[in-house]
Amino acid sequence: MIDERVIVAGFGGQGVMLMGQILSYAATQEDLNTAWIPSYGPETRGGTANCSVVISKARINSPVVSEPDTLIVLNQPSLDKFEKKLKKGGKLLVNKALVDTEKIRDDVELYAVDCNKIALDIGNLKVANMVMLGAYIAMTDMFEKEAIFAVFDQIFTGAKSKLIDMNKQALEAGIKAIEA
Amino acid sequence: MAKVLMKGNEAMALAAIKGGCDAFFGYPITPQNEIPEYLSYHMEKNDRVFVQAESEVAAINMVYGAGGAGARVLTSSSSPGIALKQEGISYLAGSEVPCVIINVMRGGPGLGGIQPAQSDYNQITRGGGNGDYRVLSFAPENLQEAVNIIKESFSLADYYRNPVMIAVDGLLGQMMEPIDLDEAPDFGPAKEKPWAADGSSGKRGSRNKIVSLHLDPYKLEEHNLNLKKKYDEMVDKEQRYETVEIDDAEIVFVAYGSMARIARSAVDTLRKEGVKVGMIRPISLWPFPQNAFEKLPKSVHTLLTLEMSLGQMHQDVRIVNNGRYKLDFYGRTGGVVPEPEEIVERVHKLLNKEDQS
Repeated sequence: MIDERVIVAGFGGQGVMLMGQILSYAATQEDLNTAWIPSYGPETRGGTANCSVVISKARINSPVVSEPDTLIVLNQPSLDKFEKKLKKGGKLLVNKALVDTEKIRDDVELYAVDCNKIALDIGNLKVANMVMLGAYIAMTDMFEKEAIFAVFDQIFTGAKSKLIDMNKQALEAGIKAIEA
Repeated sequence: MAKVLMKGNEAMALAAIKGGCDAFFGYPITPQNEIPEYLSYHMEKNDRVFVQAESEVAAINMVYGAGGAGARVLTSSSSPGIALKQEGISYLAGSEVPCVIINVMRGGPGLGGIQPAQSDYNQITRGGGNGDYRVLSFAPENLQEAVNIIKESFSLADYYRNPVMIAVDGLLGQMMEPIDLDEAPDFGPAKEKPWAADGSSGKRGSRNKIVSLHLDPYKLEEHNLNLKKKYDEMVDKEQRYETVEIDDAEIVFVAYGSMARIARSAVDTLRKEGVKVGMIRPISLWPFPQNAFEKLPKSVHTLLTLEMSLGQMHQDVRIVNNGRYKLDFYGRTGGVVPEPEEIVERVHKLLNKEDQS
């Protein structure tokens, strides 16, 4: 029974909103119920931003994620803010480049990926979010990579279609980082 | 049709186009800005009118004008912006001009904040405008329901010749959910409006006037009594609600919009514990669905109103309850969205009190 509640958090500009949206698009394609909620307000580039995603076979009642099954954090302030909310035994994916992994709770399943370095190796720091998305689908088995590729085709249209290849590469590199 | 993932504000805007909206007049305010943003592009693409007015007051008066000329008109705003539109809403109701208003509520009073709230229940159901008037108002709990009601609202506004308000909170406006835009039927194009001031008096041979001024008190009273007949018809025909697990319920929640969804989660948790809870979910705020309270099973002993306010709908629950059941209230305000656990805890407290008494 699929019933996944995720929080994605990072700096404004790291692409955390898009990561969450892509999960909801993929869920919609597979005819699952889903709700995506952004933090909205005075967030700016460089400030903190987060979104929550619920994906479920069942009807989604409260769409607010108070105790996530999975937490994805792309910077230290986001870890500080959300670490205690993560469910006991939940999955935690962190950006190793910007997060101190030394003092993290030991009752969670930790995955640390240097998405910044991987993205730079691919050629653009901006795809670090898609590296993390790849890592996420590999560690949770929520979606096949083809499902995410289909979302890329759906949302990167027109002038943005040239971004598809690099995002695919980033997604695959993220999957590899977990499976390796 | 396959479901599409859309942001609430955009989905509601598209639903308005599907519902036959001819013209939109609005002024920006968070958290509903994606409505005018979406319509600024898509209304023109669909050969319709979009105007960003210079203020909320201007926008509602443009609605008055275009609606008076017979167009299907929409405006949208959020709490303090709706406050500014109240005078216009009273005029629209008084001169029987249909329109649709989307209100994406945020915290108040005053400028308040921009996070989700339900603290404008009184403003919506009582109105801030003057006079004996009512606004038909609906509060959907998810985007599919919002889309369905918005499509229908244009024909409802035309039928009653009255403003219709769709009230959601910032959470629904900002969130994304999959929706089927064709789930609700097509309610059809506007019927002929022989009352409209549409400039065709030459052909018709008589002049139509849109007025709310009646200086003769007897004429005005007659007008008000005619309006009352419409409002009575709405009370008769437009009470909408859903009941959730009330068959053997002892405690019944009363909650609408986002709060109802959060309450559903609490119902699930409490039912698993063996606590017999259920819910009445008002969908129409005005008319308040008093019929829902007439059919409750004998097992019920307490109504627990849940709101993202300090207890505005609770006053209507009190009126409808008329002393029958014990009443309790729980709410968060100022833009704080409660967690289901808070409701569960409130019910535990209620049960403990009973054990002691």
